[in-house]
Amino acid sequence: MIGRDPLSYVSRPKAKKSRTLLRLGKYVWRYKWFVILAAFLSVVSNLLALLAPKLSGLAIDAISPGQGKVEFDKVLYYVVLIIICYAISAIFTYLLTVIMVNLSQKITLSMRRDVFSKLTSLPVGFFDRHQAGDIISRISYDIDMVNTSLSQDFVTLFTSSITIVGAFISMVMISPLLLSVFLVTIPLSILFTLRKTKKLHPLYRKRSYALGALNGYTEETITGQKTVKAYGTEDEFIEMFDKYNSDATASCYNSDYQGSVVGPSVNFINNISISLISTLGAILYLGNRLKLGDISAFILFSRKFAGPISEISTVFNELQSSIAAAERVFGLLDEPEEVRDSDNAEILDGVCGNVEFKNVSFGYTEDTLILKNISFTAGEGEQIAIVGPTGAGKTTIINLLMRFYDVNDGQIFIDGKEIRSVTRDSLRKAFTMVLQDTWLFDGSIADNISYGNENVSLDKIKHAAHVVGIDKYIESLPNGYDTRITDNGINISKGQKQLLTIARAMINDSRMLILDEATSNVDTRTEEYVQTAMRKLMENKTCFVIAHRLSTIKNADKIIVINDGKIVECGTHEELICAGGTYASMHASQFM
Amino acid sequence: MKAIFKYLSGYTSLIVFSMSVKFIGTITELFIPYILQHIIDVIIPMKSIEKILFWGILMLVCALLTFVLNVIANRGASKVANSVIYNVRRDLYGHIFNMSCSEVDHFTVPSLISRISSDTYNVRNMIGMLLRVGIRAPILIIGGIIMTLVLDAVLASILIATVPFIALIIVFLSRYGIPLYSSVQNAVDTLVLKVREFFSGIRVVKALSQVETEKDNFEKINTDLSRRETKATVTLGITNPVITLILNIALAIIIMIGAYRVNEGLSEAGKIIAFMSYFTIITNAVTMINRIFTNYTKGSASAVRIREILSSTSDIKVIPQDHVDTDDYITFSNVSFTYSGLSEGAKTLDGINFSLKRGETLGIIGAIGSGKTTVIQLLLRFYDISEGEIRIDGDDIISIPLKDLRSKIGIVFQNDFLMSATIAENISLGRHLNNENIMKAAKIAHAEEFISQKENGFEYRLESKAANLSGGQKQRILLSRAFAANPELLILDDSSSALDYKTDAMLRKEINSNFKNTTKIVIAQRISSIRHADKILVLENGKMAGYGDHDTLLKSSALYYEIAKTQGEVQ
Repeated sequence: MIGRDPLSYVSRPKAKKSRTLLRLGKYVWRYKWFVILAAFLSVVSNLLALLAPKLSGLAIDAISPGQGKVEFDKVLYYVVLIIICYAISAIFTYLLTVIMVNLSQKITLSMRRDVFSKLTSLPVGFFDRHQAGDIISRISYDIDMVNTSLSQDFVTLFTSSITIVGAFISMVMISPLLLSVFLVTIPLSILFTLRKTKKLHPLYRKRSYALGALNGYTEETITGQKTVKAYGTEDEFIEMFDKYNSDATASCYNSDYQGSVVGPSVNFINNISISLISTLGAILYLGNRLKLGDISAFILFSRKFAGPISEISTVFNELQSSIAAAERVFGLLDEPEEVRDSDNAEILDGVCGNVEFKNVSFGYTEDTLILKNISFTAGEGEQIAIVGPTGAGKTTIINLLMRFYDVNDGQIFIDGKEIRSVTRDSLRKAFTMVLQDTWLFDGSIADNISYGNENVSLDKIKHAAHVVGIDKYIESLPNGYDTRITDNGINISKGQKQLLTIARAMINDSRMLILDEATSNVDTRTEEYVQTAMRKLMENKTCFVIAHRLSTIKNADKIIVINDGKIVECGTHEELICAGGTYASMHASQFM
Repeated sequence: MKAIFKYLSGYTSLIVFSMSVKFIGTITELFIPYILQHIIDVIIPMKSIEKILFWGILMLVCALLTFVLNVIANRGASKVANSVIYNVRRDLYGHIFNMSCSEVDHFTVPSLISRISSDTYNVRNMIGMLLRVGIRAPILIIGGIIMTLVLDAVLASILIATVPFIALIIVFLSRYGIPLYSSVQNAVDTLVLKVREFFSGIRVVKALSQVETEKDNFEKINTDLSRRETKATVTLGITNPVITLILNIALAIIIMIGAYRVNEGLSEAGKIIAFMSYFTIITNAVTMINRIFTNYTKGSASAVRIREILSSTSDIKVIPQDHVDTDDYITFSNVSFTYSGLSEGAKTLDGINFSLKRGETLGIIGAIGSGKTTVIQLLLRFYDISEGEIRIDGDDIISIPLKDLRSKIGIVFQNDFLMSATIAENISLGRHLNNENIMKAAKIAHAEEFISQKENGFEYRLESKAANLSGGQKQRILLSRAFAANPELLILDDSSSALDYKTDAMLRKEINSNFKNTTKIVIAQRISSIRHADKILVLENGKMAGYGDHDTLLKSSALYYEIAKTQGEVQ
């Protein structure tokens, strides 16, 4: 079997439903004036809509004496009033919609903003562990669901409650006796709604996770489909997809199956009420205890009364899935953030570039240490080459230096200052970094080169492009430096992307440089260009280079050889060759 | 939509059943106000409590039937909707895996993913809604109108007079609503792109302290989306109050005219009461239709996106060709190729010739964009060549079924993929390899040692994106995958870039001793990785800039010599 265990999505600690609602409430509360205005409008429009059945009841009373005895002036009077009521009610309903849309949009706007700014404050480790698709589904689908729920469900909940209360009062006024019907039906519907809600919540939660697992698998395997095709195992992957697919379908059907009772049953309770009312009403009419118009008004009210109850239960139904969605959003908002800069953190300024690692230990997980008690120093302007077998911990040193991760043990100093005592921003600004993974965003070439340095002149951008030797290519494009780089644009090759990121680094003027296997993507011919440019970039800077190229390593002031998380050797190329240790044998092996 | 109807047709009997049940359930519902009118106008004057009770119980029976039938029908509807989407998803996924690479390039991977996940979801909602309410709402409206016609044709005609107005509003909705919704969808796409971008560039963003810039950029997109959504909802929000108002005005007019008719003895008060009940039912039904319409708008846009995929047919076909007897295992003769979408003149590969005997190694070296990876993609028939021919074992590759062609191959791509599954599953990749094969391959790839240190060894579960492995460990698992099934042809595309010299050299040794009879193609940036290859192909801008072994090339290819010099391979 290929793939993850779908159940792992379900077996996480249950978030408290009421807590989720409370947090949602907090978002709403930020815009309390909107809420109050909306409440006012809905009270008025609902009262008007309630007045109408009463008026029509009165009109019926004026009609009911029958042939030749209809009181026309009364009927006309009530009809005009009815039209006015409904007109005002319609206008207010629309105003209410406008306000609620604005409210819910404000809330989703701030929710999306909160999620994104949460993302920006999360440690890099979070992004190493999570799939973009999962986070995207939270920031788009889940928030969207909450949005729908806020803009529609809460209004319904509110207006329905008003209608229920209003209709109830009106009915009491018409006939308290007839009202006894609801003694049967209301408890019935409340009981039913509560029971269903309890049953449905876990089903919706399960559905959420089954769909999440399906989407995760889809994203993963479609991204890797070329490999799957190359190995000709499409059928196995399709078969596995089928498992996720049927899982998701089954859990959707299960929640639908239970949910499908909700609508009709509320309607059922509603219809029971009407049957009972008309039977009882007819008997009361016979006993002269009730007028015909009263029965008519009562039935209209009871529809108005039961309608909202049915709506409330549908809304509760929908709220279940929105709460599940909100839980996922809040779950993200609860992720532990990057540890804050300490209050007295200094701004790292006027950096010379003296770096010291002192007894540093680190592991990505608690049980396995990647770096064990590492100590070394790098003097101002020195070039440090970090070499060692794969998985030895070379990249980890960079991660710690930039504080993408924090050390478990030991200290790192820059110009004598412990890096956790300075602000992250100023620390990171002290470095220029060129990574193996090129990263360009949807924007112009000029924007991509100048990224991170506001107010860079076009000349400077052009100069940087010239130094890395990509200027001719850029100028050959129809829009030159304004050419937009898009995700699916095939106009730019991987190597050219790499050169652009090097040009970006060129513009950055800092005292320390990090190169992580940066040139391995650039073709060998361009490499000569790049290396010349790099040498210029490296001038007067403290450099940390993770490179596999001998030429880079040979020129280094210090080579640090790492194996199994420890520094096994340290020295210049000549010294290490003479020593005849790990480095010497590595060097020899490339000519095998 | 046609594509989706085809799927629905597989469930015709269930659909017909659910719809009929729904139909009956709706009719029984419509009887309730009718009975009410009957009680008021006919039974009450008879002053018989027994009869009142009888009709009251009949009403209850109708209510019960309505309930049971609606539940049954709704369950049927959701069965249909879920089953259809199950099939649509299955076919989409299967289709995507059988697409040619140029089609995948055309659609782009993120778009394919969103079609499987969000578009199918929209269609499911649409079908469910159509089946549950699509039949109920029209029946309620038509049935309601018929019932009112039976009660009092004159009063009913007032009701019918509102129809054109409501139709007008629905037309307005479709004219203005759909473009508004698609503009919202575009804004959502932009937002998703931004988040994706941020995700992949997190290190750069943080290194350059650009968090605030990114927040600003996101804020712009976020606000824009909100603005468009507000506009769409506010515009469409006008329909419901207006429709309700129209119906209620009609109701008021009915009371007025009803009064005259009662006065003339042409109608009764009970009828007007029943009218009001029907009005409530019809108003609700119209609101439902309005909701269906919004759902349909979303769903049909998605259905179009789904159909685009399902209607694309793989352009890779197997065409029988003559077999040629040769002792060459692979031959490329005069192969040229242009990616679709590029202009005629810009050939990605132009006039490539080489041949390899069984067990030989070909090294390919050249600049980025010189076409190295394309050579492999053509050999695997991810794309069809424009000119020339490629033969494996004397057979033209266009005559070999894709499965047979690819089953011979073990390959590692650049930035190849690992999934959240166990290490063994990642190596096997669905090929049903036994443990012995997997372990042997891991041993050759020097992966065995670190795997055995993991909890559960080969059953160790990788996280998504293999986040719990280092770059070198990932690479060695990928190599184990390529080694595992005793491939006839082993292809390594720049697979040593994440490995250091020592591991690289060790691997080369292992490959040479373990895969003597396997033909090997190695793409590399470093001359040291390929200098011992039997043949080396030097590419420059899609053309051959040298072909031969290392020593020959140093003399015959200026480009090769230059590369060797830069890398310190010649003095």
